[in-house]
Amino acid sequence: MDNQVAIARAQAHYARCIDDGPLEDWPTFFTEDCHYRVTTADNYARGLPAGLIWADTRGMLTDRVSALKEANIYEPHVYRHMLGQPAILTESGGDVESETPFFVLRVTGGGPTDLFASGRYVDRYRVEGDQALLRERVVVCDSKEIDTLLALPL
Amino acid sequence: MDRLTGTTAGRAPDRSWPRSLTRVPYWVFQDEAVYRAEQDRIFHGPHWSYLCLEAELAEPGDFCATFIGEQPVLVTRDVDGEVYAFENRCAHRGALIAMADHGKARDFTCVYHAWTYNLQGDLTAVAFAEGVGGKGGMPPSFCLSDHGPRKLRIAVVHGLVFGTLSNDLPDIEEYLGEEILDRIDRVLGGRKPVVLGRFAQRLPNNWKLYAENVRDSYHASILHLFFTTFGINRLSQRGAIIVDESGGHHVSYSAIDRSATETTEYRDQNIRSESEYRLADPSLLQGFSEVGDDVTLQILSVYPGFVLQQIQNSVAVRQILPRGTDDTLLNWTYLGFESDTEEQRLVRMKQSNLVGPAGYVSMEDGGIGGFVQRGIAGASDEYATLQMGGDTAESSESRVTEASVRGFWLAYRQSMGFVPDDDAPLPEIGKHERTRVVRA
Ligand code: FES
Ligand SMILES: [Fe+2]
Repeated sequence: MDNQVAIARAQAHYARCIDDGPLEDWPTFFTEDCHYRVTTADNYARGLPAGLIWADTRGMLTDRVSALKEANIYEPHVYRHMLGQPAILTESGGDVESETPFFVLRVTGGGPTDLFASGRYVDRYRVEGDQALLRERVVVCDSKEIDTLLALPL
Repeated sequence: MDRLTGTTAGRAPDRSWPRSLTRVPYWVFQDEAVYRAEQDRIFHGPHWSYLCLEAELAEPGDFCATFIGEQPVLVTRDVDGEVYAFENRCAHRGALIAMADHGKARDFTCVYHAWTYNLQGDLTAVAFAEGVGGKGGMPPSFCLSDHGPRKLRIAVVHGLVFGTLSNDLPDIEEYLGEEILDRIDRVLGGRKPVVLGRFAQRLPNNWKLYAENVRDSYHASILHLFFTTFGINRLSQRGAIIVDESGGHHVSYSAIDRSATETTEYRDQNIRSESEYRLADPSLLQGFSEVGDDVTLQILSVYPGFVLQQIQNSVAVRQILPRGTDDTLLNWTYLGFESDTEEQRLVRMKQSNLVGPAGYVSMEDGGIGGFVQRGIAGASDEYATLQMGGDTAESSESRVTEASVRGFWLAYRQSMGFVPDDDAPLPEIGKHERTRVVRA
């Protein structure tokens, strides 16, 4: 299967997993030894390494989900991810770099639908057969300001 | 002209404030007139406000756009190597002098009519000052040096740049006092900070609710399960609260104390912070001794809006900026140090998951202020109660106290000119008559 198709398929399921669940499956979109980070365009452009969320193992992603389910206190809310087409930047064998624009709407409590974040996924995928797994995802948010808090992953 | 004089303090709204530090009137989080008076009396008044890190101004020409309250401010490093700050507002018609958050400049030219300022904020040129063809232009009496943005008084403490628009306050050492200075020195002294990232959180609440939250050691290990479960911060650990003389600044710290995790205080409270929760990847919590002592947590605040944090090996500064009665901007700057090894840098990255808008700990603080702001809507005549640990604003070894929160209000009512009043109306709790209408 074409890399573009494999990645687009994986992205669609990734978004659905966060927005509609089960969120517990979110780490399975990553390789065991992965990197996931949520940062801002400004930090990214300056090469500043910190993240709002920063993980270098799938275990840390698992912890993120279990913390949200079992430990953290926050007002219940839901996301709706809208993803653009992945732009394939480099391909060498099954190692693919791509970028995908997104925006995420958030509904908190019984409130209105708000535009919560926009940005791009800067990704490195490992594609094997028709399966594409994230080795690295840097979520680069366009704005540096986060409204109230970021609990669910982007 | 003296460009250092702050605006004259606005009149404090006519309100009576209870003499006891245990009562805080809810109108103080809601009243528009109080909010306006805070800008004048606190942020433009005789207090040192955090502006930026010296590390953000490494070289001559580097500048950083920041705020003192709502007022935009530029902080620069001039070719003489010194740090300067002035209001980011053109002396002509008030446009922003610089729009970028950070950058490098030889001078600043306002985009509107090209008035130019040097790195110290002096007006150096006015476009078409002589007019064109002998016509137009500025009057002969116009003198460049009479016009310019107001300049701030600057103080640098271990790489933290503070500024003020007032001459009526002591220098920063006296303002902070020895204990607070020592505790800043403990984290930042003798080493060079490196900025690892900057994030901002927009809080749907009054800025003072965040100022309270930071000083509130009572909530820390109750609301934040991460602290208690992993023994990062328990009220039963060895530690203390320091409240400075003014009440406005504080330090809360705790140190490793293995025996504390064996006590049953938490279980006895039957609160939700005792749980079986464990991490799949516990590397998050494997840290190193930050400065060679056992202190794993030190939260320090400087009145009105600065926080220096060491939570394990997550070091950050926070700047609290009011944006409205129920709107606050919280700026986070995560720090490492030049001397960090690669492993230490990795630990800082992992532990940064505890703080900021998505932090396992801090996301809860981001939400809680909004819960209070919403909870007190319609209760502007009522009062919060702060009786945990007594009614004074004194340092103590116990952190089961609201002493530093009371200290904040002591400093606040002083700086706002609210006169403590024994007769402030305090409605008695639970005295409302109940009526039940029963259908016949
Ligand atoms: S407003 Fe700046 S030059 Fe006119
Ligand atoms: Fe907290």
